This record gives sequence, structure tokens and C-alpha cells, in this order.
Amino acid sequence: MDSLIEVEHLVKVYSLGEVEVTALQGVSLLVNRGEFVAIMGASGSGKSTFMNILGFLDRPTSGQYLLEGINGENLSRDELAEIRNRKIGFVFQGFNLLSRTSALENVELPLIYGGALPLARREMAKKALSAVGLEGRGHHHPSQLSGGEQQRVAIARSLVNQPSILLADEPTGNLDSRTSEEIMGIFQRLNREMGITIIMITHEPDIASFAKRVILFRDGKIVDDHENSAPAIAARGGGVK
Amino acid sequence: MTRLFSGLRIALRALMVNKMRSALTMLGIIIGVGAVIAMIAVGSGAKSRIAEQIASMGSNMLIIMSGSSTSGGLRFGSGTVPTLTVDDAKAILSEIPSVRYVAPSLPGVAQVVYGNQNWSTSIQGTTPEMLDIREWPVASGRSFTQQDLDGANKVCLLGTTVVENLFGGIDSIGQIVRIKMVPFTVIGVLSHKGQTSFGQDQDDAIFVPLTTAQKRLFGMQFPGMVRTITVQAKGPEVMGEVEEEINSVLRQRHRIQPNQDNDFTVRNLTEIMSTAQETASVMSLLLGAIASISLIVGGIGIMNIMLVSVTERTREIGIRMAVGAKGWDILLQFLIESLVLSLIGGIVGIGIGVSGTLILSSLTQWPTLFSMQAILLAFLFSGSVGVFFGFYPARKASMLNPIEALRYE
Repeated sequence: MDSLIEVEHLVKVYSLGEVEVTALQGVSLLVNRGEFVAIMGASGSGKSTFMNILGFLDRPTSGQYLLEGINGENLSRDELAEIRNRKIGFVFQGFNLLSRTSALENVELPLIYGGALPLARREMAKKALSAVGLEGRGHHHPSQLSGGEQQRVAIARSLVNQPSILLADEPTGNLDSRTSEEIMGIFQRLNREMGITIIMITHEPDIASFAKRVILFRDGKIVDDHENSAPAIAARGGGVK
Repeated sequence: MTRLFSGLRIALRALMVNKMRSALTMLGIIIGVGAVIAMIAVGSGAKSRIAEQIASMGSNMLIIMSGSSTSGGLRFGSGTVPTLTVDDAKAILSEIPSVRYVAPSLPGVAQVVYGNQNWSTSIQGTTPEMLDIREWPVASGRSFTQQDLDGANKVCLLGTTVVENLFGGIDSIGQIVRIKMVPFTVIGVLSHKGQTSFGQDQDDAIFVPLTTAQKRLFGMQFPGMVRTITVQAKGPEVMGEVEEEINSVLRQRHRIQPNQDNDFTVRNLTEIMSTAQETASVMSLLLGAIASISLIVGGIGIMNIMLVSVTERTREIGIRMAVGAKGWDILLQFLIESLVLSLIGGIVGIGIGVSGTLILSSLTQWPTLFSMQAILLAFLFSGSVGVFFGFYPARKASMLNPIEALRYE
């Protein structure tokens, strides 16, 4: 297996005034292509910090992180932005869609910064929307969509650039259990059919049970890392074409 | 290019969301640009009117008046006794090479009668050169000639104001008017000249041959004397030289000792007028500067609103950065927004400035003059105000930390 993510002795220290807070104290991890990983842990366990570093939104204090062999350590802000644009898709707990723009334009956003031409952009965005089961809803604004639909738009946005990895930070945190299962169904299908690597933070064991591998964080360290031999099968969402 | 276009679309949309706020922000720029345009128009209007008046008065003109006006010795003898002669005028023309024309004249005020109409006006006894110096052509009829001068013929040229008041609609050429009870034949009517910068109606005048004025009207006590000599130099650069030479020629002719005061006064009218023009330039510059201040205040308004907008949209900036927007993309987005704000404000401001000035000038008869350059300049200035004051907020936005921006509530 070729490893997509290589993390070695990752340490992150925040200085809040005079107090120093160690969010990560030496995390090492390998993630291969095609995995579906759930990261669990209580709040303050360092899982969000870890996710930010994986997404090139933040830099580690020490240690090494390679994504497809790329080391972000010496890259500028703009170079990191370009990596985020081409290799990483984000799904957030609060959806983080632009409220004044239509679903289609939200999905197009990474393509705009990737420099795609308007017509190609539109085509790709439409394809991504239909991959999450929202074909024909592109002209709707986020306020006209339900929470689950908004999250699906966000997933379409994260997919549209064909990234190497999809990072989801509590993607079901704002959704009811039925919609949550729908989203999990989409994740499982994307992972299974399109081979997309997914790393998902959650604190709900139910949600984590849909993943193929579960990692547990506590006090900035990985305390458990096991394969989920029999992931739960989402009844909904998976059937969406 | 496509990035610029989508940036423009994003900016327009953002401005449309807060219509009221955008409009109020623009108002600062609108007022600023409008004020600049109006002030420059008024200023250059005043300047061009003064330039017109200079041209109407005659260029490179010196006036020599009888009597002295020494202010140190408090002897304002000007105009008491005529000390200048026609020969003085001839001497000036022949002895000073830089002089183009001289026109001795004997002015006075008299009652003019035609039929049952009468009108009190200024009478100029002078030579035909006077009309050359003042670039004042005859509109109908003819000017007087050397024969009229030699024969002291009783002929006259009327200004348009006099014609209106005495003749109404009747053709005045060939008619007889009485000046101080002396009958004069009207041989010509002068073209319309308008007011001097001092508000004096130049058309309210009658010209008669100098010799006629001397013998029949005003010169009886002092035969052969004139009150003023009007001199035109060959160019603006020799004005000072000519003035000095006139002084020395006349002092010599009048036998004035070195320690005595002049019995005449030389005035450089063109200089007075160009001073007036300079004053107008300074005024218009001052007005423009004051108006520019309001434009800068408008710019600060833009900066203020852009800072609010950046803070408000911190989360949006975070999202854009997370999906791959570079610092430059964010900077450009906000810069375009403030630029659009200021340029639309600029366009509206130009419209309001131009129409406001037109309305004002038609109500108050103030002269105004628009120049394409001033309008273009105001537009570009408003654009640079947008860039200048939009840069700081835009830069601030582009420097945000994406994690903190995403977490911002």
C-alpha cells in the first residue's frame, strides 16, 4: 500500500500569553490511499489541531507531516493555499457555505481559485452536485436548503477539485441522526466507489462506526488505533447517484 | 482575466447586499467629486471671463494720464490740468521703437440728444488708432479717417448701448445727434464689447475725432491738450521697457528736473488685469483644494466601511482561504469592492457636479467652464482614493489567519 499521509512525532504548542498549551505531543500516523478514518476524542484532546495541520491550515511546532510526499514546512502562505486548493477538500461542522451565493457557485469556489475557465467550472460543479444527489438544485441559496442538503453542497465543494483527501471536521455535528446517516452513506459511497480517502473527526461513536478505521485521541496523543472489521452500513444516502 | 471578472461580480454582489450602506458610503465620494468639478468649473469660468475682458480691453496696453499721483507726497494731481499734448503722443510713437500704436484722447461726459430722446454718456475724443488698440471693429457704417481729424468734422461713432437708448429700433447711420448742443452725424456703430472686469459698460460710449472734441466739446480752455494717451506695445515682453522709455521721453519733453515729480502717470492696465487673473487662478486652486478635502473625507468613509465589511465577512474570508484563495485573491476582492464603490461614486459625482453647476450658473449668471481634463482628473482621483483607502482593509483581510477566520462568529 502506498501511504498518502505520513505523520511523525508531530508536536504543536500554542502560547496563550504566558501560558504554553501543548495541543499535540508527538503524534505519528500513517494513512493509506482509500482509507476511511474516524478520529475520536473528547474536546481538547488535540484532534482539531491535528486536523488543521493535516489540512495545511496550520503548521506544526515540530515533527514532520508529508502529504503525498509534500512537506509544508518551508512553503509560503500562498503555496499552502495552492496545496489546499488542489489536494484537500474540507467539510466543516457548520457547513461554511457562502450565504449570498447559490449552491452551484459555492461548489465552483475552489475552481475559481484553481483558475478553471467559467464553462469548465460550471460543468465540474454540476457533476459534483449530482454526485451528492443535488442535481437541479444548483440555483438554490443555502438558506433555501435543509441542513443535510447544505452539508451535501459542502461535500460537493470539497470534491470538485478531485482532491487527494477529504477532511471532515464533525460533519454531522449540526445534523439530526437521520440526516447524519445520510451523510455517512454519501461518505461510504464516495470512499467505496470513487476511492476517495476520508479522514473524519467525530465524538459520536455511532458516526465513527461507519468508518473503516477508528483512532482515539487523548491529551494530544493517539491512545487507540484499530481497524473496524465490520463498519456499519448506512441505510440512506448510499443509494444516491 | 476571468479572476478579475469574477472578482468584479463578487464585489458587486457584496455591495448590493448592503444597498443603503453602499449608497451612504458613496455619498462621501459623490459630494467630494461633485464639489471638485463644480469648484474647478466656477474657477476656470472666472478665469476665462477675465481673459476675455483682457482681450476686449486691448492687449499690451499702457495708459498715460495727465497729472501726477505721488502717494508719498500726497499729491493726487491726476486729471486736474491737462499736461499732455498730441505732440507728446507723436513723440512717443516716433522715439520708442517698441510702440505699435498711440492714441491721444480727450474724454468727457455729456448729454446726447436725438429727437425727443436724450442720454448722458461718456464721449471720447480720440484718433482711429484707439479702436485698433482696443481691437474694437465698427459693426456698421465706417470709422473716422485722417480727413475727419484734420477737418475737425462733426462725425461720431456710437456704442451699442447708446444706439439702443437713443434710437430704439431705428437705423442710426446718417442721423444727426446733438452733443452739448453741437450737431454730429452718426457715421458708424461699434460692435458689442460687453463689460469691463470692473463692471463698467464699455458700449455706453461715443467716439468723436480728437480735434473735434478739442475745438467743440471739452478742450476750449486748454487748446491742443489731451487728458490721456493710450499706448500699445509690440508685445508683453517689452511692456516694462516701454513704460520706462515713456517716462524718460515725457520728462525730457516736459522739462522736469531730476528732483521733480512727474506731471503725468503711466498705468500698465494689462498688468492690473493679469494680476486679477492670477488672483482668480489662486482662488480656483484654493476652492479645488477645499473640495479635494471632502473627497479625502469620503475616502476615509470608504476605508471605514471596508474595515467593517472585512470584520463582518471574516468567516467568508476563512472559507475562501480554506478552499485555496491566496492572499492576492482576497486582497483583490476587497480592493475591487472599494474601487467599484469609489468609481460609481465618482461617476454619479461628476453627473451631480456638472448638472448642479449648470443649474447654479443659469440661476446666478456666474460664468462656468467645464474641461474634459478636470472631469477625467476627478474621476481618476476618485479611483485612486478608492485604491488608496481600500488598500489597508484589503491587506488586513488578506493577512487573516484562516483557522481563526473560520472560527470567527
